[in-house]
Amino acid sequence: MSTEPGGVPAPYGRPGAPPPPPERPGTALRERANYLSAGYGVKSWLLTTDHKRIALLYLVSITVMFAIGGIFATLIRLELITPQGDMVQSETYNKLFTMHGIIMVFFFLIPSIPAVLGNFLIPIMIGAKDLAFPRLNLLSWYVYVVGAVFTLYAMITGGVDTGWTFYVPYSTHYSNTKVVLTGLGIFINGFSSILTGLNFIVTIHKMRAPGMTWFRLPLFVWSHYATSLIMILGTPVIAVTVLMVALERGLHLGIFDPALGGDPILFQHLFWFYSHPAVYIMILPSMGVISELVAAFSRKTVFGYSFVAVSSLAIAMLGFLVWGHHMFVSGQSVYAGLVFSGLSYLVAIPSAIKVFNWTATLYKGSISLDTPMLYVIGFLGLFTIGGLTGLFLAATGLDVHVTDTYFVVAHFHYIMVGGAIMGYLGGIHYWWPKISGRLYPEGWGRIAAIIVFVGFNLTFFPQFVLGYLGMPRRYHYYPEEFQVLNVLSSAGASILAVGYLLPLVYLTWSMRYGRRASANPWGARGLEWEIESPPPTENFLVQPIVTDKTFQYGAEEEAVIV
Amino acid sequence: MFSGFPLFPPQASTLAGRVDALYFALLAISGFFSILIATLVVVFAVRFRRRSEAHLPRPIHGSLALELTWTIIPLFIVVVVFVWSADVYVASRRVPPGAMEVHVVGKRWMWKTQHMTGQREINELHVPTGVPVKLTLTSEDVIHSFFVPAFRMKQDAVPGRYTTAWFEATSPGTYHLFCAEYCGTKHSQMIGSIVVMEPGAFQTWLAGGVSGSPAEEGQKLFQSLACITCHRADSQGRGPRLDGLFGRPVRLAGGSTVVADADYVRESILNPTAKVVDGYQPIMPTFQGLVSEEGVMQLIAYIQSLQAPGAETTAVPGAGGNKLQEGGASPAPRKP
Repeated sequence: MSTEPGGVPAPYGRPGAPPPPPERPGTALRERANYLSAGYGVKSWLLTTDHKRIALLYLVSITVMFAIGGIFATLIRLELITPQGDMVQSETYNKLFTMHGIIMVFFFLIPSIPAVLGNFLIPIMIGAKDLAFPRLNLLSWYVYVVGAVFTLYAMITGGVDTGWTFYVPYSTHYSNTKVVLTGLGIFINGFSSILTGLNFIVTIHKMRAPGMTWFRLPLFVWSHYATSLIMILGTPVIAVTVLMVALERGLHLGIFDPALGGDPILFQHLFWFYSHPAVYIMILPSMGVISELVAAFSRKTVFGYSFVAVSSLAIAMLGFLVWGHHMFVSGQSVYAGLVFSGLSYLVAIPSAIKVFNWTATLYKGSISLDTPMLYVIGFLGLFTIGGLTGLFLAATGLDVHVTDTYFVVAHFHYIMVGGAIMGYLGGIHYWWPKISGRLYPEGWGRIAAIIVFVGFNLTFFPQFVLGYLGMPRRYHYYPEEFQVLNVLSSAGASILAVGYLLPLVYLTWSMRYGRRASANPWGARGLEWEIESPPPTENFLVQPIVTDKTFQYGAEEEAVIV
Repeated sequence: MFSGFPLFPPQASTLAGRVDALYFALLAISGFFSILIATLVVVFAVRFRRRSEAHLPRPIHGSLALELTWTIIPLFIVVVVFVWSADVYVASRRVPPGAMEVHVVGKRWMWKTQHMTGQREINELHVPTGVPVKLTLTSEDVIHSFFVPAFRMKQDAVPGRYTTAWFEATSPGTYHLFCAEYCGTKHSQMIGSIVVMEPGAFQTWLAGGVSGSPAEEGQKLFQSLACITCHRADSQGRGPRLDGLFGRPVRLAGGSTVVADADYVRESILNPTAKVVDGYQPIMPTFQGLVSEEGVMQLIAYIQSLQAPGAETTAVPGAGGNKLQEGGASPAPRKP
């Protein structure tokens, strides 16, 4: 245990102390009650208020959604091997990319890290027994499931073909597909996001253990705090927007329809006011994961901790001021375009600060290339490319050419898949011993990480070239000269698919057959590594008291920089 | 099986080179930082690899000097890129004087274009080299986007309003025209060609079959829709006089003033009660549904051609609600 009765911190993190505590005898470990062994019935899961069990409920549900979204992606890439659009009808193709986008954005990426890793770890990391509102937490999962069921029902009974962006007046007057039902699913799901954000903010404010000051918070918690702010401030706007689309479709209200005096550009403003910050909902938690992992696998506290922490807040704040950069060719005024371009460039600064600080953390570290660290290195490479190509899109004069082409598609996949999913997979591997109490097979883990990296680049790098050549996104048929690059991309996607299936297989396998994990298999710092793997239901048997040494790697004396 | 394997689009407009220069500059910046980060990560990962399980490196908490360095240098770079790209953007929006006008209407799933001399085309546009061409775009249904990769030009066509764009072609040839804004089932088949010709060849092409110019077509509509019964050339009509109106400020009931540009005229035809001229009754019926988007454009061209006797031409055709685009004011189309 981290603390002895009476609240005296355990001697931990002293100079030269070997970090991993010796593994306890297996028998003792097996007999100790933990959150997994607290109940085995269906009811013990569906009615649980334990944040760790709710995290697993989310893990299972978002994995299902990821698989569905992945099947759509597979079909899209198969279709695009040939330019003639010969596998499915255009109507079907349009539904495929729409449903891929909706599932992946709203039902996988947005909940992914916060609802699974955030749910599991935030209370433990700050020394709390649970989130502030455990029943609200369970409700948020049910709300998510109801939203997902609505959306899936809409897809099974006909699907939707508006693109995940729901641009009017196509979505309000011209599409003959299940727009309202899908919108309702997204509307409902939004409340799940709001509830989670609210829960995190209250928990982080009110439930920190004694000694856990704001600037001792793990960076994972900081990034989730910033994410939660976006969730509760942004999500209501998308909810209202989707509602207005539904009302206009049903009642012909004339909010967006120019024939009734409405303004179609207004929709784009409202949509991107949420959907641009939503990108930061996806990437900020991933950045939090990377901060934890980079520290653990170089055995050093993150370089420039406070800069990394505050840059999360800066990204969350600036993220609300840049939505107009999606609309440089919409007919928006030139001056508005220039303002949005300038503000978009400012977001590049906190992102650059993070990347440089992570890289500097490696300097003079003790670096081990375990699976999670491979994902960190992958993240650094892909997020750097994704972020830098953002500069191309914020450049007004250049964006006119590349917007709505595959350049944009490649860019946001580098951020969302290369950034957010690499962070998610890295985090799942890193905390897997804590979550499951088992070790995953390290060799397979490394192979999968490398396959994901290679497959990802082969899939999406050719799309930058395609985009600059001028291939518009959402094209079912395309000119023949684009075929070679599309074939490369589809080939990469098949490799990427293998990279995603492998962890699913060996992580599932390890739950039963993996070696038992000690409390701290990585020799990492943080309250979550001072309790058993898997943790007991109440997390801490004794109230932990936090000192600097709980978090800091290495000696007390500070090294001098070069 | 594969027809070529291009890695870079053709450059066929005056702006293409400027956009590409920006692109290569950003590629260089991105390449530099990507390689820098990748090299540092790989070198550190090898150089500082974990040699023993017990090894605990000495902590380094940070360095204000380094933080400032990697805040200020990127800030400087993005400011430069911002200014550069803004320069290109403004140039791409500001129509040069004397531009040849073309009307473009997007409709699911085709592009309809019309020259001021009357030629109409579908999914094609013939233009000469060396002459700036100004497009006034709108849509009959959903949002479309007129995208010519070889010109590095793209502009949304939005229903209910006019947007403008321009280009000046440099090399003869046939180039892709794509719809870049998703518009439904056959979005990917809403494509066409831009045929760029030498000026001489273009004149020959222009001399081919012509109906009437948009202004002439508009005049016919003006009569067939009976606009003329109220909008008379003397001041006795129930509606305001239209000659000399275009491009001038109009005083509205309620005291505000609006410039009679294409968007205003369009709104007055389709939604007459939205802005009523001071001193007139809101009695005009709507022509929504009675006249097509092309018809509205022709009516505007006609009204634009109605100059008051002795007045200068100050018309601003198709100014899409955007002051910067007024730089592109071109003379009212004249009858050939």
